[in-house]
Amino acid sequence: MRSIDGAILDLKRLDLLATGDSLIHRLDARAKVLTTLVFIISVVSFDRYEFTALFPFFLYPVVTASLANLPGGYIVRKIGLVIPFALVVGVLNPLFDREVLVRLGPLAVTGGWISCASIIIRSVLTVGAAVILVGVTGFLAVCQALEKLGTPRTFTVQLLFLYRYIFVLTEEGARASRARELRSCGRKGLGLASFGSLIGHLLIRTWLRAERIHMAMLARGFTGEFHSRQVSAFGWRELGYVAGWSILFVALRLENGAQWLGRLVTGLLS
Amino acid sequence: MSHHIVAVKHLQHVYADGTVALQDVNFTIHHGESVAIIGANGAGKSTLLLHLNGYLTPTAGEIRIGDFPLTKQTLPEIRRTVGMVFQDPDDQLFMPTVFDDVAFGPFNLGLPSDEVRQRVREVLEQVGAAHLMEKPPYHLSGGEKKRVAIATVLSMSPDILVMDEPTSGLDPFARRQLIGLLKNFRHTRIFTSHDLDMVLELCERTIILHQGVVKADGPTPEIFGDEALLAQCRLEKPLSMQGCPMCGQGRREQRNAGRKGSGGVNDS
Ligand SMILES: Nc1ncnc2c1ncn2[C@@H]1O[C@H](COP(=O)(O)OP(=O)(O)O)[C@@H](O)[C@H]1O
Ligand SMILES: [Mg+2]
Repeated sequence: MRSIDGAILDLKRLDLLATGDSLIHRLDARAKVLTTLVFIISVVSFDRYEFTALFPFFLYPVVTASLANLPGGYIVRKIGLVIPFALVVGVLNPLFDREVLVRLGPLAVTGGWISCASIIIRSVLTVGAAVILVGVTGFLAVCQALEKLGTPRTFTVQLLFLYRYIFVLTEEGARASRARELRSCGRKGLGLASFGSLIGHLLIRTWLRAERIHMAMLARGFTGEFHSRQVSAFGWRELGYVAGWSILFVALRLENGAQWLGRLVTGLLS
Repeated sequence: MSHHIVAVKHLQHVYADGTVALQDVNFTIHHGESVAIIGANGAGKSTLLLHLNGYLTPTAGEIRIGDFPLTKQTLPEIRRTVGMVFQDPDDQLFMPTVFDDVAFGPFNLGLPSDEVRQRVREVLEQVGAAHLMEKPPYHLSGGEKKRVAIATVLSMSPDILVMDEPTSGLDPFARRQLIGLLKNFRHTRIFTSHDLDMVLELCERTIILHQGVVKADGPTPEIFGDEALLAQCRLEKPLSMQGCPMCGQGRREQRNAGRKGSGGVNDS
């Protein structure tokens, strides 16, 4: 549980990065949300066997993260957390899809392996873009931007509460688990029964705590609307940012730009 | 002004599971008063406080804050008037940074951004936490959290300050600082506490809650002088008054003597 606790604290750190000040930070949140959306759609809409054409897309996360002074190691570790999940999704492909697509000398690469690799790269790209978006914008501002872009308020507020709820749940979870560990004196706890009861308690405690937090919000005049200190407008700079990246993404998606790089990579390998 | 009056009449609260937390509570608190609500665990103190800003709805009885009865229509105004500091600051601090947390209330009041900024700075300075402005709340120490929690409430400029066990969980130094801070407020103040020495220092008036009813209500020194009453309500004299036949005299020596051995000499 300790490690989960740590991971969550780390997530809070991500939110904290958003209080930084840089060219990227100062952009209106809507611009960053839109750009991220175009990026994700471009990456996800590729054919399942596409592999090499994905690599130029790394340009976006790398450039954004460095312009915004995000700590690279931290971001990479966050993204690394999703690789196991992507593996679970992709790992069956090599078993079912045995058609050989590429030959690298004696090595025959089947479609399954390619699509598996493609899934992993895509996950890294999309999750990376999302992590960076939160890191340069903050979750609150992302939700506000979604709302300004036309997402229904009930949805964005739910999303925000869900986000907060994750913190509350894991904090309570870490506490409960620590208490259980300490009292089981190094043995394996008191078996499954105590674990079941622990989960039950955990849910109730989380619920009660979430309720107290909600109460504290109401006590301070919360009416279902989140405000932010960043007052920004969608100006020419934002327009340029969205348009510039979008054009690049679409161009890379429509092969031409990607192919020469693809050829270069496969050319080097074979 | 009669604005900052808190009047509780025949308040009863029964929880969903049938627990009668408050039976029949009556009192009136006037403008500028500093009042302690004390009582054993489970006496109903927290339940009572949660009624004061309309979080709980009375099973029976009535609450008036200022000139308004507490109803659904007056709720927003009353929540601005009554600033509530919860027992556990972790419940109160939920934004990514101290600034955002303190600014949460003023933004909800619809204040413009510049004014919010200024107000946040002011209240953080007032509670001695200006240097924590950009820190995440979850990395603060207990005393710092408490002070920020108070700032989040002060930033709404409430007329009435309500605090549930303000000194619980603080080390002696942080407790001292907090008492010093609370002493300087001109608000109407309502505290619950088990820290009777703090009560003695901060509150001229004390209300004892026992099994859901008001058992006593009067000047603090008088209440704490009545040992039979305190014992009946599962309470004890504050340390600074223990073993002292003529309250207040030679407090320090008495306190030290009490600490050393006998654990408090009875004065009867
Ligand atoms: N949500 C609840 N549901 C049922 N009973 C409760 C709830 N909260 C408190 N109680 C009960 O109400 C009584 C008063 O509780 P509380 O006001 O928290 O006491 P205090 O703050 O004085 O220690 C206690 O007996 C407690 O068990
Ligand atoms: Mg209580």
